[in-house]
Amino acid sequence: MKRTLMTMMAGALMLGVSAVAANAGTVAVSWKTFQEERWKTDEAAIKEVVEAAGHTYVSTDAQGSAQKQAADIEGLIAQKPDVILVVAFDSDAILPSIQKITDAGIKSIAYDVQFEDPNALYITFDNVGVGRLMAKTMLEKGKTEGNFAFIKGDKGDPNATFLFQGIMEVLKENIDAGKIKNVCETFTDGWKPDNAQKNMEQCLTSQNNKIDAVVSENDGMAGGVVAALEAQGLAGSVPVTGQDGDKAALNRVAKGTQLVSVWKDSRVLGKKAAEAAVAMIGGTAMDKLEGVAKFNGGKKGVEMNSILIPPNPITKANLGDVISAGWISKEEACAGAQADVEACK
Amino acid sequence: MSDPNTSSLNPATASESAVTRFFRATEIDTRMLGMVAAIIVVWCVFDIWTSFRINDEGLFGGLFLTPRNLWTLLVQTSPIAIMATGMVLIIIMRQIDLSVGAMLTLIATVAAVLQVQHLAPALGVGHWSIWIIAVLAAIAVGVLVGALNGYLTAYLAIPSFVVTLGGLIAYSKGVAFYISEGVTIAPLDSTFKLLGGNVPSAWMGPQWSWGIALVACVLIVLGIMRGRQERKRVKFALRPLWAEAVLVGLGFIAVLGATYVVNSYPWPPKLIEQYALANNVTIPPGVEDKAGKAVCMAADKVVRCTDGLIYYTGYAIPVLITLAVGLAMTFLATRTQFGRYVYAIGGNPEAAELAGINTKAMTVKVFALMGLLAAISAMVASARLDAATVSLGDLNELYVIAAAVIGGTSLAGGIGTIYGAMLGALLMQSISSGMLLLNLPSPWQNIVVGSFLVIAVFVDQIYRRRVK
Repeated sequence: MKRTLMTMMAGALMLGVSAVAANAGTVAVSWKTFQEERWKTDEAAIKEVVEAAGHTYVSTDAQGSAQKQAADIEGLIAQKPDVILVVAFDSDAILPSIQKITDAGIKSIAYDVQFEDPNALYITFDNVGVGRLMAKTMLEKGKTEGNFAFIKGDKGDPNATFLFQGIMEVLKENIDAGKIKNVCETFTDGWKPDNAQKNMEQCLTSQNNKIDAVVSENDGMAGGVVAALEAQGLAGSVPVTGQDGDKAALNRVAKGTQLVSVWKDSRVLGKKAAEAAVAMIGGTAMDKLEGVAKFNGGKKGVEMNSILIPPNPITKANLGDVISAGWISKEEACAGAQADVEACK
Repeated sequence: MSDPNTSSLNPATASESAVTRFFRATEIDTRMLGMVAAIIVVWCVFDIWTSFRINDEGLFGGLFLTPRNLWTLLVQTSPIAIMATGMVLIIIMRQIDLSVGAMLTLIATVAAVLQVQHLAPALGVGHWSIWIIAVLAAIAVGVLVGALNGYLTAYLAIPSFVVTLGGLIAYSKGVAFYISEGVTIAPLDSTFKLLGGNVPSAWMGPQWSWGIALVACVLIVLGIMRGRQERKRVKFALRPLWAEAVLVGLGFIAVLGATYVVNSYPWPPKLIEQYALANNVTIPPGVEDKAGKAVCMAADKVVRCTDGLIYYTGYAIPVLITLAVGLAMTFLATRTQFGRYVYAIGGNPEAAELAGINTKAMTVKVFALMGLLAAISAMVASARLDAATVSLGDLNELYVIAAAVIGGTSLAGGIGTIYGAMLGALLMQSISSGMLLLNLPSPWQNIVVGSFLVIAVFVDQIYRRRVK
């Protein structure tokens, strides 16, 4: 009885779709969980693009279970969409489901979380690029020479090392030329801000405060670094990097105590993924999409078509980006802001 | 013992070596002396090591034994030392509290959310009453959560290991995350921040610091005198007068020495500059030496400073809080009925209960006290960072327990001292600060701190066996 009802509903849905326009398609999304606030932001962005193009949007929520996600995808395949975006809960367990999608002649997109299937398109932020972007902003808007301190994340987290590689790639030239001196370099247990504060305090003591710039791998730790600098009266005169777009960090950017917070706007990610899906419905081949490139940096090294989106380094100059995107309110961002921050005027 | 006034002439003690006689007469805890010696050794090793790796001024030319580093070390030790004093009592009572770190996160989050998201908008940013309300709220939450731990342990007979393991999981990444939505709450109220000692107004300055030292010296003398009277009253063996004098002397040296050190740490140059600008103080013309070190002219004297103007920090508020907590807890543990009950229950719970001690009520009280200390620690830690984050107290439970154990608290219960745990916290922080100063690879820090914990307990056991 239930099954019949479902089939009828699916049939009705498809009838409805074909009634809208002859070439209208369906974009389906299998979310891994909806418990985290951020996915709702992604969904809104995807839905907007898909519906604006006259297509239909359907989605399922795996509620943090690999089994449920497999069942979800089977259900979605039965609805015969044109593209399925998958936010994989388990990037290995998902592979049989992806094979089923491909077998049904449906295109798949690995959204934000990679799974290694050569038939899928992988869309995410350029994570290795975050480190490069931090260093680049430091060179462009902070310091190009002097004593640099590096506050790295937890040594058990591979991201801490990836970030550092990216940072060093950009700074290497100046380090080799003797312009930049790496005077302190520490991992921070658990990425904890209070540990970063202690690391920075000891670094300042060992260098007798002769620190010209601090490269911190995220915003939380940047908070600890700034607290340590503040106690020495150096906050504001020593540029500090970070990433994540933490609200407290964006406020520090406005106050001038932090140089940059590299921000990954999930709205941009959702928009790009939806645009790719719409383009594929329109007949564009996966490897002919805008901004697509080959990527084989995964665990197994499978080559995939991918779109890597550069994150946005938020500095004083473009603080308005986060405010206009609704990520943070103007009051929160601008409390105690410096006079030269355009977005706070 | 024969005539208490002539114990030094007692034939039984005359055959002892001078050292043994000294310790017997002064009643100094040789275990504590061992800890102090270990700390001094660690400090000297780091000082010599840093003098080879990084050249600077200071004793032996190293960086560790400088006023600045020692001052920072004391502040860095504070949050763990505060909680360690309570953990000692918990462990003495044969219980454990694994939730102190999570409690710290929860309390810091409540206090921060309250002041930043509720009080500041309602009363206006920087209103005088914000910090008071935040402090009271933090203490209330701490005592309540601690009492809850104690109630579940005592009255529902759930092992404290399980109760507080649940707390460890639920309080920080659960309740605190829910309250703050996982967001870093910052910046905190400017008066509340003084509890963290990260700003000049949280530094007492030399006058106040010497004043506090003077009061401490008077208290030492009064304490020794009172103890002597008390012993006379109950006809207990008295220390020889010279031993009392030695104790007073040692107390004076410790207090005045520490005060001298914190009073020798000058404000960071930039802060002096900012202060001078803000308060219209004229900065005398200065000269920097070639190395860029702050050596300059003030009027006609050559002084170490930025530009001839200099202020000294003195004690930081969190350090004073820690010392006050240590004193109060020592008093509570050794001079009150409450303390004697704790040791009695730890020594033999059944006997204590048969003797009429309400062990259940005592358990609740001790856990509530732990909650109070977690609240004090939470305020110091979050004020110091000027933020509350969901990771603030992570792993603190392990450092607190390690400090208590290194300080000689027996996990079997019944044995432990407050000052031992505080020295344990200082020792651990000394090691990690020293290694950071040397910029050693961080895996080494974990290896060394971990090994130290095990070795400390091992040495302690050998010591105990020999004493028996």
